[in-house]
Amino acid sequence: MTRTLLPGLLAMAVLGTPAAANEVNIYTYRESKLVQPLFEAFTRETGIKVNSISASSGLEQRIKTEGANSPADVLLTADISRLEDAVQSGITQPINSAAVDATVPAQYRDPEGHWAAVALRARVVYAAKERVKQSAITYEELADPKWKGKICIRSGQHMYNNALFAAMIARHGEARTEEWLRGLKANLAQKPSGGDRETARDIAAGKCDIGIGNTYYWALMNDVEADRKPWAEATKVILPTFEKGGTHVNLSGVALMRNSPNKANAARFIEWMVSATAQQMHADLTYEYPTRAGVPLHKTIAAYGTINGDTTPLSQIAANRKKAAALVDKVGFDN
Amino acid sequence: MMTRTAPALRHPLARTLLGGVAALVAAPVISLALIAIGGDAALWPHLAAYVIPPAALDTLLLLAGVAVVCMLAGIGTAWIVTTYEFPCRRLVLWLLPLPLAFPTYIVAYVYADLLGGLGPVQSGLRALFGWRSAADYWFPNIRSLGGAVLIMGAVLYPYVYLAARAMFETQSVALIESARGLGATPWRIARDIALPMARPAIAAGVALALLEAVNDVGASEYLGIQTLTLAIFTTWLNRSSLPGAAQIACLLLLAVCLLLALERGGRARKRFTGLDARPGARHRAVLPHRQAWLALAACVVPILFGFVVPLIHLAHEVIGRGLRIGFDPSLARHALTTVWLASCATVLVVLLGFAAALAQRRIADATARVCFFIAGLGYALPGTVLALGLLSPLIAIDEAINAVTHAFGATPPGLVLAGSSAAIICAYVIRFLSISTGFAQAGLARIATELDDAARIAGARATAVTRSIHLPLLQPALWAAALLVFVDCLKELPATLLLRPLNLETLSTYIYQFAARGNFEEGAMAALLIVLVGLAPVIVIIRQLEGAAPRPAIGSCELSPAVAR
Repeated sequence: MTRTLLPGLLAMAVLGTPAAANEVNIYTYRESKLVQPLFEAFTRETGIKVNSISASSGLEQRIKTEGANSPADVLLTADISRLEDAVQSGITQPINSAAVDATVPAQYRDPEGHWAAVALRARVVYAAKERVKQSAITYEELADPKWKGKICIRSGQHMYNNALFAAMIARHGEARTEEWLRGLKANLAQKPSGGDRETARDIAAGKCDIGIGNTYYWALMNDVEADRKPWAEATKVILPTFEKGGTHVNLSGVALMRNSPNKANAARFIEWMVSATAQQMHADLTYEYPTRAGVPLHKTIAAYGTINGDTTPLSQIAANRKKAAALVDKVGFDN
Repeated sequence: MMTRTAPALRHPLARTLLGGVAALVAAPVISLALIAIGGDAALWPHLAAYVIPPAALDTLLLLAGVAVVCMLAGIGTAWIVTTYEFPCRRLVLWLLPLPLAFPTYIVAYVYADLLGGLGPVQSGLRALFGWRSAADYWFPNIRSLGGAVLIMGAVLYPYVYLAARAMFETQSVALIESARGLGATPWRIARDIALPMARPAIAAGVALALLEAVNDVGASEYLGIQTLTLAIFTTWLNRSSLPGAAQIACLLLLAVCLLLALERGGRARKRFTGLDARPGARHRAVLPHRQAWLALAACVVPILFGFVVPLIHLAHEVIGRGLRIGFDPSLARHALTTVWLASCATVLVVLLGFAAALAQRRIADATARVCFFIAGLGYALPGTVLALGLLSPLIAIDEAINAVTHAFGATPPGLVLAGSSAAIICAYVIRFLSISTGFAQAGLARIATELDDAARIAGARATAVTRSIHLPLLQPALWAAALLVFVDCLKELPATLLLRPLNLETLSTYIYQFAARGNFEEGAMAALLIVLVGLAPVIVIIRQLEGAAPRPAIGSCELSPAVAR
């Protein structure tokens, strides 16, 4: 049995090894189905074939261990933490692209040029249409006792919340953030669980009045997912801000790998991702905020109101995420 | 007794095999331990104060609950179907192992949908009693520890069921008949004869179910349970400490080793042998009318919650969406890939596992026992952690291959192992080896070594003993292990995600890309395909377990004349 198996394995191994061709290899934390239309459009425009693998964690470790033989050209992520991890594990190199620097605002780029945001998503408040009258809110207010037993949220260790709490630390320091987290925890209607869609569902079901979620989830429920339409219809999106600040945003980002075997194609892919075509696709297909100026938002996203993004650089937010994780443990947020 | 030679020289083949298998499983563990040692303990005061205590408590409660549910459902149904004849028994035999084919986290989503505030159950209650919102009444939250216990129990009990049934099916009929002749009640026969004799197998099955539960990430996170495995992930990803995560993983592994050793120690002095020489030929008591329906009901409950309800919900999603978005043609290709990978891995796992168990039985010294124990440890690591640990050894081999080809002037082939499906198959083999080693050992434990000795004295060669004594008696365990491994490979997610080569998609990774965005229904078709693909081996294996004796048509639910009487 093994005798017939081995040649098969070897054949697969050989076939699986990327040959030097006109292609680019993308390791992605964004699910492949979601980014597939972007890859296909890139191939149509440039003739460069896109090979990809998606995973939920560990791609930096894989690329790092693969070392000099790594086929990875580009890493795509759905948040800032994985990008910073990639930079810190030494697997990236500066993108060095005038096009990227000219298109992506500085606060959404690595100061050393190792990563750039291709799209943004905001962490906002979903509120019960019937029960919540106010149309503006601050993140700080979420700890106000008036919301006692009325807030739903997913795990405090989820990367989206982790980044929001890190942004709070960047703005107010650890001590005040700890106090805020304790207040928020005291206001929760139930133990953190589920995802952002479940938060909308729980509000619709009357379990809580407000919750925290990303901008695109609500839009997807409202526009695309017919059976979740009632969850969106029972809720509204409020763009919260920090006191005297803006709305917390996270990124979908891209980094160039240090041992990239198809570096020219990789650079082309990264520049294409911030081109007008790709940026419009981000706005329309993934319901994100484009990082390129002048690209119109999807109408559902635009209907949330004009967003005023928090000006704290993402790199500074990323620097505080360990502290944010520690505070979540300390206040027993998920317990 | 054979002529005495130096221990290392006796059974050289068996020793090489055992050593090789142990080394294979040890490789990722050692590379993980190296990562753990590479870090410092700076994080531990924080972990010990805030992270480990709640995580350990949740983990213990979860495991205790899942163990109870799995044993009740698994042993109970296995006993009923082997001891009694009742209506629809054949159909039940088919359906009982099937919950295994559902990824746990998918079933968690399904029940959150069904039992959530806007789901059909609560909506129905509201309509019935005139409540207006969730604030008007109390309903248990499925996203809780209790919910997790029930959901995981409903999906994982087949591990115990299959293990127990393979044992019950081959237990000595003579022993049970004598007990019955002496006036023992069925309950006493179960408690004093059947259960103790099946204990090694049941322990192996429960261990598999519990390790599956503890290593689950998707369902735990979704249901809001703080397990130690989640603590490994948050330590790695949020506390940015891979060494810290590896340290927790190593401690968890130690705890698992300790528990396994304790269980083994607990039954070390109790050896039960005694087999039915003709598996599947045992006589089943025909139950009177009312009891027959009770037996059927007892088997239907776990099938209903673990299989039928999720199946109907997913089918409903597929039909609803299929009409709107159509069928993704790439799914057929992904299904083929999945079956190919699972088949390769299953053959390897069953061969290596049973060979290792036979080798250990022949050598029977301390080194062999340690090697065999190590061979069963792959299941004790979360899939992602195993995959991380496997990367370094695989790539080290690849680099050696490249260095050699380079030295010979050829073009280095790149990542031959780590960049191909070999990495995934390797991970499956390491991860699921404990299923076949556990089942093989449990099966062998009941074959008296005196039987081997007698055959050897009579002049039979070792291979002949294995062929004519061990293998026939081990067959039910072998088939049960093959089924478990195959279905486990079909739905394996974390290691596949991280180790797969470019552009490779399996059914489970296909489902995951939707589930990761909280939209698992889009992947419902793939989830159904896993069940469908899993059905084929179930049919084959039920046939094997039942033996070749003529039976009523499969799936027949008519009352047999004896029952209808």
